[in-house]
Amino acid sequence: MSEHTKNLTLKIWRQKSARDEGHFETYQANNISPEMSFLEMLDVINEELIHKGVEPITMDHDCREGICGACGLVINGRPHGPRERTTTCQLHMRSFRDGDTITIEPFRAKAFPVIKDLMIDRGSMERIIAAGGFITAPTGSPRDANALPVPKTCADLAMDAASCIGCGACVAACPNASAMLFLSAKVSQLGLLPQGQPERLTRVRDMIAQMDAEQFGACTNFAECEAVCPKGVKLEHIARMNRDFIKSAILYRPPQASAGGA
Amino acid sequence: MPILDMTLARDGKVYFWTSSVGRKLLMAITGFAFVAFVTIHALGNLTAYMGGSAMNAYAAFLQGMAHGGGIWVFRFVMLAIFLIHATTAISLTLDNWAARPKGYREKKPQAANWASRSMRYTAIILAAFIICHLLHLTVGWRVIAPGFAHGDAYGNFVRGFQSWPISMFYIIANLCLGLHIWHGIWSFSQTLGWAHPRYDALRRFLAAVWSLLVICVNISYPIAVLSGLLK
Repeated sequence: MSEHTKNLTLKIWRQKSARDEGHFETYQANNISPEMSFLEMLDVINEELIHKGVEPITMDHDCREGICGACGLVINGRPHGPRERTTTCQLHMRSFRDGDTITIEPFRAKAFPVIKDLMIDRGSMERIIAAGGFITAPTGSPRDANALPVPKTCADLAMDAASCIGCGACVAACPNASAMLFLSAKVSQLGLLPQGQPERLTRVRDMIAQMDAEQFGACTNFAECEAVCPKGVKLEHIARMNRDFIKSAILYRPPQASAGGA
Repeated sequence: MPILDMTLARDGKVYFWTSSVGRKLLMAITGFAFVAFVTIHALGNLTAYMGGSAMNAYAAFLQGMAHGGGIWVFRFVMLAIFLIHATTAISLTLDNWAARPKGYREKKPQAANWASRSMRYTAIILAAFIICHLLHLTVGWRVIAPGFAHGDAYGNFVRGFQSWPISMFYIIANLCLGLHIWHGIWSFSQTLGWAHPRYDALRRFLAAVWSLLVICVNISYPIAVLSGLLK
């Protein structure tokens, strides 16, 4: 293993706090095993920094299995690094060559303020979900499978949308810092299934209103988001959300102060 | 959840015009109206190849629609479309710039092409071109259109394109137009939600062929005049 280790130069964004100006700092990563994941490589750097008495680099991570959506760095100008459909934690050092210089930056958007170093606050995405990315009907305990028949094609399409892990790479990649791909996945995963139908038009309206309130940008159809999405969420979902928005603009009924019923 | 309640943007107001997607829809629809206009405009001018009298008759027909009122109604509609397209574009662009106050040191475009990335710049060139084009062949401003004669559309057209600088400006503006509507036509279909795996390749193809057709026809005019085919 040791004969294949790599020496790398890292240019990493350091920022003490949300108020700090921030700057790039250069670090040397020596004897890096190609079997290490990108985050493990940063762990090694942090160990060294701690030994030197330097404040370690703060980055977000949780499951390290590519499903939680917590990790996310812009590596050499691409969110989640050079590999397609791969999260930062699933990126391995074999994707880099000995002697490479790697630039590591946080996801950048007005709606993603930097908390510290490479860690950002993605609360804006949580608030978009809270604005309507759910169904209000109490669903109780899990039902029997197939109690509510859904055709395979619809289930698959809904699952494609539901595979969004909410990492924010789409926002990071978008030249407008737009969250349309994230939003469209969250709108579609419910809009494609029967349970999502009753609130379909209020959902899209409320979630888009929240997206605008969070100061995400607007979509200009660059398709950058689709290219970097680690879960392969498709632009098709954005089009579906746009269709739902048009229907909502025509058919929306504001909630009544005095609800109907018996 | 008091904190959530405070941050949620639920005001119950109709917000179509202020919403980003609503503005995008307005921009898409007005943009497509421009594409339809520029296509008909390019094809209508093919009458130039049928001779001066054919083109002048076509021009006279346009001028005389609804006893001369039609063209003014049309001009005001086009002006309204232009204003909607421009204001939505500017307000969305400002929002988009504000959405990323601090940029990246390194950023590699993955899917964005030349056309999509140059939309804002081609837009400015096209706005300038539209003003020049109106001054040149509609108003007949003497500085750029010497010898302009009202009622002689064909003569103005030939005299205009006999000038090399003017012809070059038209050709460059049309290349910008091609880039702009190439992304624009595709973008229009996406914003209106016309996406489906069965038609996605077709949408891209149609946008490319359509924009290529428009600019080939348009660029043929200055080339035909400069080469002496039309005189």
